[in-house]
Amino acid sequence: MGRLLQFEIFRYNPEDKDSAPHMQTFVLEETTNMTLFIALNRLREEQDPGLIFDFCCRAGICGACAMVINGRPGLACQTKTKDLPETITLMPLPVFKLIGDLSVDTGIWFREMYQKTESWIHTTKEFDPAKEEERMDNAVAEEIYELERCIECGCCISACGTARLRDDFMGAAALNRIARFVIDPRDQRTDNQYFDIIGNDYGIFGCMGLLACEDVCPKKLPLQNQLGFLRRKMGITAIKQFIRK
Amino acid sequence: MQTYYSDLLVIGAGLAGERVAVESALAGFNVICLSIVPARRSHSSAAQGGMQAALGNCAMGEGDNVDVHFMDTVKGSDWGCDQEVARLFADAAPIEMRRLAHWGVPWNRVVPGTSSYFKGGEKFEKFEKPEKEGLITARSFGGTAKWRTCYTSDGTGHAVMCTMDNKCAELGISVLDRKEAISLIHDGQQCMGAIVRCLRTGKLETYLAKATAICTGGFGRIYKATTNAVICDGGGHVIAQDTGVVPIGNPEAIQFHPTGIVPTDILVTEGCRGDGGTLLDVNEERFMHIYEPEKAELASRDVVSRRMTEHMRAGKGVQSAYGEHLWLDIRHLGDKHISTKLREVDEICQNFLGVDARTQLIPVRPTQHYTMAGVRTDKNGAAYGLKGLFSAGEAACWDMHGFNRLGGNSLAETVVAGGIIGVKIVEFLKGTETSFNTGVINAEAKRQQERIDNLISGRLGRENVYKVRAEMQEALMQGCFVFRNEKDLGTCVEVLQGLLERSARIGLVSKGLGANHEVAAALKIQGQVRLAMCIAQAALVRRESRGSHNREDFPARDDKNWLNRTLAYWPEGRTMPELKYEEATPHFEIPPGERGYGGGKIIHADQKEIEAKTITKSK
Repeated sequence: MGRLLQFEIFRYNPEDKDSAPHMQTFVLEETTNMTLFIALNRLREEQDPGLIFDFCCRAGICGACAMVINGRPGLACQTKTKDLPETITLMPLPVFKLIGDLSVDTGIWFREMYQKTESWIHTTKEFDPAKEEERMDNAVAEEIYELERCIECGCCISACGTARLRDDFMGAAALNRIARFVIDPRDQRTDNQYFDIIGNDYGIFGCMGLLACEDVCPKKLPLQNQLGFLRRKMGITAIKQFIRK
Repeated sequence: MQTYYSDLLVIGAGLAGERVAVESALAGFNVICLSIVPARRSHSSAAQGGMQAALGNCAMGEGDNVDVHFMDTVKGSDWGCDQEVARLFADAAPIEMRRLAHWGVPWNRVVPGTSSYFKGGEKFEKFEKPEKEGLITARSFGGTAKWRTCYTSDGTGHAVMCTMDNKCAELGISVLDRKEAISLIHDGQQCMGAIVRCLRTGKLETYLAKATAICTGGFGRIYKATTNAVICDGGGHVIAQDTGVVPIGNPEAIQFHPTGIVPTDILVTEGCRGDGGTLLDVNEERFMHIYEPEKAELASRDVVSRRMTEHMRAGKGVQSAYGEHLWLDIRHLGDKHISTKLREVDEICQNFLGVDARTQLIPVRPTQHYTMAGVRTDKNGAAYGLKGLFSAGEAACWDMHGFNRLGGNSLAETVVAGGIIGVKIVEFLKGTETSFNTGVINAEAKRQQERIDNLISGRLGRENVYKVRAEMQEALMQGCFVFRNEKDLGTCVEVLQGLLERSARIGLVSKGLGANHEVAAALKIQGQVRLAMCIAQAALVRRESRGSHNREDFPARDDKNWLNRTLAYWPEGRTMPELKYEEATPHFEIPPGERGYGGGKIIHADQKEIEAKTITKSK
């Protein structure tokens, strides 16, 4: 027989007027290769069908199941119970709006981020279907992809000191997104244009450098390097703007 | 109840759905995309391999063209596809890949010079021409004559999904997440939109549109073991078939993959076996060579899946808390090989199993992978039966895959079909004015609210949705999986009939308030059981083996009687699907021949009929 795991799970359903925020205890027997994906689904199907949480790909590639697991933001699907003690505490991610229990609204947060960062290629070129594709250096393509690996799980935002203090801070995910376009030769935006978006306290200069974003990133993105890169670039842009005045 | 209006309503915001939406938005139409999850979490983003398009830029793709791609696709379909559609697809794919590059996809590019590659564990050299430097390159995939699969490292789906979703943001398309369509609004002739449940609040909303497109992906989740994301549960198919007038095309055509890991059925690549990995049974002994002396572990996807199943049936499976499985052994490949060539497999084993593949065995079993079945449409993506309803991507049976799908053709289909069908939807929107019958809309909204109220009150019964679902998944695994035969299919249909009755008597355990999952599961369970019955019944009637549909008792491919497509309708009040048939393709560019892999006898069709339908390419 496996360990008897004790799950302490945050419960609150804003749509149920009888519901108040509280912690609830569940007990489940551990099976071989059990992940939190398996455990939570069993809890919902066998013990409490009202339990609210999110999973989608359950393979660490979509970012739907981020939650605070024993105090640390992470993906529930790739967390194995055998790496955790017998008592497992699960809380929803902070910063994002709570939908219910362990589910938070990352969708709206990220969609607003696309608008703020204008997360698309800015170009005046038209696509010509009759023409060969424009050439690109393979190393550049790979570099862009390395930054595009973000799965928008929200772990970096919920672990960020500044984001916890002020809700207009764009956070590592947004700055990483900008960096992706800065290095893309197809995007014709100038440094000054990027400065208008992130050259301020809710952008690049709001970061306190606590490094938690990179620590908790399940895709191990080089978030601090991007912050450093953008901060230098924006610093220089600011000085240039100042001299021109 | 809130009502929203748009020119086009797209249900599903994966690659196919967003591609369709982009085309309409570019033409100036107002579009709303609905998605159960934020768009970038769509199952499209899980595809790692790549997209087939005959660009012919890389050394091993030299000489490739749309005709070769077309031929590979038709062969792969086991002559079950619509050749007109396969032609449209192959011709448009290269243009679509270039368009994606223009929009921002960081495709891997040709790097000139000499480099090495592996084939069957052996090392070879190739030379990339300097004049091709920087053009989109391609990798090798099973079943293709040339290297044709465009890719972005090991995250093609993710990269393309990001670009497409960025394009939607640029065009200001409303992509609304946590919205689930639970029924189509229609009068038996025309589709007017959908009744939608908000997955934030649990409230119902009405979406009206001139055109509606179902792009909800596959329905692997009606099987117990599937590689599909948990959102691939057939919701789009259920609401289409529920109308009674829209058929599901080729429900029996379901693809299986040999190596999903146990328990979560995440896929580990065929590369493991390609590089020399072996399959072991409960006694840790090899068995593939007993069944397939020549190819052993390297036999094709469907063949290996069949042999594994056979071996487990013979009592050689490993028992576990999650059912039976076998072992995949790559220990002998060594640390260097595993941490470089099979890095992704290494990571999956570490992250999801806590298994070190260098010293431990990987638990695997055949797993549902892709649904060639889908909402039957014509070549323009217009669904049969309802004006104003369209479908694209894995959700549709458009039908370029026929009875089996080639790797790299599914991800390509999402954007290529999305583009082609998007243009057709624009034509439809330009040529149509519409009026909405408020009586029909109100009646449908009321009907859906009543369904939810009945579930919460338990007025119709107290059946547990998760139990019914588990039994349905198990029934398909038993009767409708890799192998099919008269007896097991018969049993499967019987079990499912019982479940269909029970699924009408579901009552909730929870209160059903807010973002409640039990409501979502309960609303679609009856439709899911119907889909399951369509698979089982169509498989029972189709007495031949074609592509992924494998009848132990009828091993031959029977072109004489079965060179056709199943259409499964479910008129209101029926307890069984109504099966109709249509010819597989309006004409042949390539008359039926050997598939080139998987073996099997062919019962030939009447040669005169085939010749009469064969055309030469008029281009």
